[in-house]
Amino acid sequence: MTAALELNQIVGRHGQLQAIKGMTLRIDKGEVAAIIGANGAGKTTLMRMIAGLHPCAEGSIALFGSDVTAMPAHGRLKAGIALSPEGRRLFGDMTVQENLMIAAENGRRGDWNLASVCDAFSQITPLLARPAGGLSGGQRQAVAIARALIANPDVLLLDEVSLGLSPVAVDGVYQSLETLRGAMTMILVEQDLTRAMKFAGRVICMAEGVLELDGAPKDLTRAQITDAYFGIHKTADTAAGGAAHA
Amino acid sequence: MTKAQIVAHILPMPAQDRRILGAAVALLAVLAILPLMASALVVDKLTYLFILIMFAAMWNLLAGYAGLVSVGQQAFIGLGGYAMVRMVEAGLPPFPAIFLGALAAGAVAWVMSWFVLRMKAGEFAIATWVIAEAIRSMVSFDPLIQGETGTSITALNAYAPEMRRLTIYLLSLVTMTLMIWGAWALLHGRTGAQAQAIRDDEEAAESVGITTFAVKQRIYVLASIGCAVAGTLWLASAITFQPRTSFGVQWSVFMLFMVLVGGIGTFIGPILGALLFFALQEIFGDFGAWYMAGVGIVAILFALYLPNGIVGLWLNKGRAEPLSMRKLLSQDR
Amino acid sequence: MLEAIVQGVLLGGYYAVLAAGLSLMFGVVRFINLAHGDMAVLGAMIALWFVQGAGLHVAIAIALTLPLMGALGWLMQRMIFERALQGGFLIPILTTIGLGAALQNGMFGLFGSDTKSLGAYIGNLSWASWEIPGGIFIGQLPGYMFLTAILVLGAVHVLLTRTAFGRAVRATATDSEAAALCGVDARRVHRGAAAIAVALAGLAGIFLAMRAQVTPFAGPMLLIFAFEAVVIGGIGSLRGTLIGGIALGLAQSLGAMISPQFSLLAGHCVFLAVLAYRLMSGAAAGRGGWRATISALFFHKSMLRGKS
Repeated sequence: MTAALELNQIVGRHGQLQAIKGMTLRIDKGEVAAIIGANGAGKTTLMRMIAGLHPCAEGSIALFGSDVTAMPAHGRLKAGIALSPEGRRLFGDMTVQENLMIAAENGRRGDWNLASVCDAFSQITPLLARPAGGLSGGQRQAVAIARALIANPDVLLLDEVSLGLSPVAVDGVYQSLETLRGAMTMILVEQDLTRAMKFAGRVICMAEGVLELDGAPKDLTRAQITDAYFGIHKTADTAAGGAAHA
Repeated sequence: MTKAQIVAHILPMPAQDRRILGAAVALLAVLAILPLMASALVVDKLTYLFILIMFAAMWNLLAGYAGLVSVGQQAFIGLGGYAMVRMVEAGLPPFPAIFLGALAAGAVAWVMSWFVLRMKAGEFAIATWVIAEAIRSMVSFDPLIQGETGTSITALNAYAPEMRRLTIYLLSLVTMTLMIWGAWALLHGRTGAQAQAIRDDEEAAESVGITTFAVKQRIYVLASIGCAVAGTLWLASAITFQPRTSFGVQWSVFMLFMVLVGGIGTFIGPILGALLFFALQEIFGDFGAWYMAGVGIVAILFALYLPNGIVGLWLNKGRAEPLSMRKLLSQDR
Repeated sequence: MLEAIVQGVLLGGYYAVLAAGLSLMFGVVRFINLAHGDMAVLGAMIALWFVQGAGLHVAIAIALTLPLMGALGWLMQRMIFERALQGGFLIPILTTIGLGAALQNGMFGLFGSDTKSLGAYIGNLSWASWEIPGGIFIGQLPGYMFLTAILVLGAVHVLLTRTAFGRAVRATATDSEAAALCGVDARRVHRGAAAIAVALAGLAGIFLAMRAQVTPFAGPMLLIFAFEAVVIGGIGSLRGTLIGGIALGLAQSLGAMISPQFSLLAGHCVFLAVLAYRLMSGAAAGRGGWRATISALFFHKSMLRGKS
């Protein structure tokens, strides 16, 4: 299997605090991986580091074998990594079409263009002339994902796509994402454990900047996931110390 | 820890600082008796140096400690001068007018503060400049000032030049010393700690109950009075009041240069900067415009490559900051 | 009175061009260029050199000067402003003040203090005028300048709204991180914006040289006018800048009816009144559009803190 993304001992800092502590991870081409973890685990920081918005204090990131550690975010988009960020971050005063065009003009050429993303996300088509700020949550999420897709990435990063959305809207989003399976390497950050386990072929659990658990959903027990989620280590230290990290 | 315990942990002034203070006191004593031995030219130049130090110290108070970059301090230099002119015209003797005029400028600063302190940095910078221009416009309407021609404080001519020079010298020396000592006391006290907190993180400071506005206002008004006094002292030696000169933006440029090159936000920085600026003016001043252009370029280079000034260079070598405003706590608990 | 109003509006076109560059730097690059007025004077000086020194026709001089100013803006952004922006909010202010002082005195050293004007080189445009019904005379030069101003600002507007570069500019101004995620290189956008801003300043300087004279130390006053126009009209929209310019022009023109001194003061007073009003009412954070973002930059506690 070709490695799409290789993170080697990466360290991410917020000032003096280490948000990501020496993480090593390999994502293969075509994989669909879900990253889960409590708030503050470092999931969004990890996404931002892969996308190039957050610097790598140590370690390296490789995309299909090429080192992209020093590449800024706009360069990484052109190299093939696209992020639909936490909170969507659409350009509120610009129309939906303009939002999409910016990514189309500055991203890569390929199968995804204005027409094809409108096909894939049919709810966007009637909204093209509307200012992005006036859309509902579900509509905005569709536009955000479309905006990432239209740049023809090889690796699609999705940070908390279900945040603030009604269950129906979330269903809609995941239905659209389903159509991408196989063609696209996807990494999603997801708070909803059930959805994450249903959609992804691989579940990665983080706690306090460290990888706690990594495996296929069918191989993991509920207990394992809960422990990993809260960073509970069943080690001699913990037993002796008498306190579980919560 | 109780307050008493914390206070007990504050280290006394380091030996290096005490030596500096000792040297400073000795220097002041020398300066006080200097006019007896030195020529009139030296006395005049030293007076100018003291005035520069006052400007630098005040601008540093504003920008370095309160984070307020004002390009409009000339408003108070001009206002102080104008107030002095008017007071002398009304019959007040010139030497008290020096200080009362400055207080009048301070009152205007207080009124202005309600308005300008609500702005963010960039806007504050230009707005203070525009206000200085507006005040200059208004002042030049006064028939006494006769537009750009200005007027002289002829009452000063009533004094013998020797006595006048000596008085202004001593007044400047004393005012400068008081100002520096006053700034030290202010910054070492509650205001200094609050300003430091605001400088580090304004939101956090507010969350512990520091009223940012009150602290900034206090510093703004005091710094403006300081600039005004330095301005009126300068006017007393220059005698002629011209709006274009007294309200000129070059004063702010000088202040900026001195503080930036010396070391913004440090105590000793502005003094060093003033000394350097004074020396540069003495050596290169004859080159006129090219000299000023050079000053501008040096300012740019320092801003981009040496933003912490000369004191910053010193600190980079790992030395302790002389006369630091930070209270150092002892390590043992 | 009517004539003063007409003159004021026409003057406003010139102020709008002067202010547009400043507004662009504020809004897109988030950079306060206190040497903006000096750039305008530099543009005038360069054009004057082409005409007086090299003997070229005014139109050719302008055609040469504007791209040169654009290149200069690009270069300054790359070499000076970019670095200054990394240093926190103090450094850009300190840097551009130093730049202004260097420019003013450098120009004075090079060109001397005699006032210079392009007025002698534009034929009878300086004093010719049209008469419109009502016995009002509109100076031809101010009229052409106003038309040019509208055209130029219109062109910039089209650039911002209909081109890929313009979209990139607006996106960067709204949310530079999100723009980076869309592949927009913020540094390229900033350099382009700086080039346009300085070229506009140069054009304004040339206007000034045509209708009056320029001296090397005229910069600071021009900066003040530009800033006043930007604030009066509202930050972040070209239409606002045009309105602000016209408002300032009107204030000065009407003030001049009382006395020449009062004309400047009238402008200052209108500016201060508008500023006071805006400070009182604050700015709505709104939906996070690029206009609201820019207004919030000035009137709100840093709601943008944390965004790079």
